Amino acid sequence: MSVLVIAEHDNAKLNPATLHAVTAAQKIGGELHILVAGSNAAAVADEAAKVGGVAKVLLADDAAYANRLPENLAKLLVDLAGNYSHLVATATATGKNVMPRTAALLDVQQISDISGVESADTFVRPIYAGNAMATVQSGDKVKVITVRATAFDAAPASGGSAAVEKLAGAGDTGLSTFVGQELAKSERPELTSARVVVSGGRGMQNGDNFKLLDSLADKLNAAVGASRAAVDAGFVPNTYQVGQTGKIVAPELYIAVGISGAIQHLAGMKDSKVIVAINKDEDAPIFQVADYGLVADLFQAVPELTNELSK
Amino acid sequence: MKVLVAVKRVVDYNVKVRVKADGTGVETANVKMSMNPFDEIGVEEAVRLKEAGKATEVIAVSLGPTQCQETIRTALAMGADRGIHVQTDVELQPLAVAKLLKAVVDKEQPQICILGKQAIDDDANQTGQMLAALAGWPQATFASKLVINDDGSANVTREVDGGLETVTVKMPFVLTTDLRLNEPRYASLPNIMKAKKKPIDTLTPEQLGVDAAPRLKTLKVAEPAKRQAGIKVKSVAELVDKLRNEAKVI
Repeated sequence: MSVLVIAEHDNAKLNPATLHAVTAAQKIGGELHILVAGSNAAAVADEAAKVGGVAKVLLADDAAYANRLPENLAKLLVDLAGNYSHLVATATATGKNVMPRTAALLDVQQISDISGVESADTFVRPIYAGNAMATVQSGDKVKVITVRATAFDAAPASGGSAAVEKLAGAGDTGLSTFVGQELAKSERPELTSARVVVSGGRGMQNGDNFKLLDSLADKLNAAVGASRAAVDAGFVPNTYQVGQTGKIVAPELYIAVGISGAIQHLAGMKDSKVIVAINKDEDAPIFQVADYGLVADLFQAVPELTNELSK
Repeated sequence: MKVLVAVKRVVDYNVKVRVKADGTGVETANVKMSMNPFDEIGVEEAVRLKEAGKATEVIAVSLGPTQCQETIRTALAMGADRGIHVQTDVELQPLAVAKLLKAVVDKEQPQICILGKQAIDDDANQTGQMLAALAGWPQATFASKLVINDDGSANVTREVDGGLETVTVKMPFVLTTDLRLNEPRYASLPNIMKAKKKPIDTLTPEQLGVDAAPRLKTLKVAEPAKRQAGIKVKSVAELVDKLRNEAKVI
């Protein structure tokens, strides 16, 4: 048995999300390899080689993989699949795009977004926005899996010394081309890996008022998130969205401000260690999952909280 | 140009689902069912393509038991021209759905297939990518903007973890919808009446030559771990004190 973890990266650095998939792969067992498919991505392969528990790193360096186009990546994965019992990726935008395509080409039913490993063929995954947990068993020859990052600890980023083996690329399918990207720039910690997250909802009333949350986040070295309602209303970009179909977070401390707590939002944050809710509606469902609830007008409570933390 | 849009019948997004006492699944008897919200966005996009003169016909496809015809009627009331129902009582998993849709695609030869990025029941986020793979087509997933180019390609803006990304895909292609692609319309009463007269063809997996048997065996379905009920604090000062000295997270 051997497991191939597909590295998430931007050709320069290994995305820490990969380390969670490595832990899930270790729970499955067997020899663990990491695939780095990218363009001029040797630095990523070197970083992957240092990850604890990794036996080998495969580096497929080819212009066809520069922008993570799924048609090209799936072709490469299908070529490699014969050597592995499991193909594992973190359920990031890239993992979710590439893995099902790979699974279908292999005639395999993928297991999405697993939160637990029961054995090499049996896994636990959330369904219905996390309101039920299904335990499923796969009889497919190769298991194609995406991993919910928050459900597995990060593997140590150092301590390993795996060999890097270079692979030839599988070519460009020519089916799609990358045009460009607009990435949100932020000095803050990344939402999915931050220790503290401060999120705003419809109660923030407009995008300008998110500055209140920025000040609070600065004090706590927190990432800033939002509910779908706030994103749909255009207060903040889509990258802020926490929930069933947005980002899944599980920080040490999650502060929900002006968020009512729809099922779809709770699905993205209810595994946080400590949840604080600030909302003027004392019947808001968010209070049912909050460890500490404060019924108050956020426009007074948030600046007061920011001040109090400076003391 | 034909556009095919897949619509799934799911437990309504407002329903708080309950796990069955015997652990075999969730309660779906006497529960409100609706079209998967991401599929509504798909129907809206397809109808807009027709209204803009880019598409000539919009076909809504649903797979599953007889009641899926209601979901198809909803799509027809929103503006789809006709429906195809692949009738089966077998539990359909994403790979089987993709194979069935591929067989429908072979018959209908659409240039664009639009699917929701994920269904809110199994949260799998697989079917569109799988259909693209089986058809050998490009895939533009998690779309927030679709622009059809004159040369028969399309530019699609996609919602990715770090922001937005744009790709060009050749036709035919699969598009999966994200929340910001559009705001789906409500069907008007006259259109709901008109939809009753639009044709729905019924097919079976056998007629399509597809083995739709599930691959994953569900061993059990359980309630998630419940959070302990928390407390209400009276002031910001008390909140900070609790976070510092009780929870010790700041």
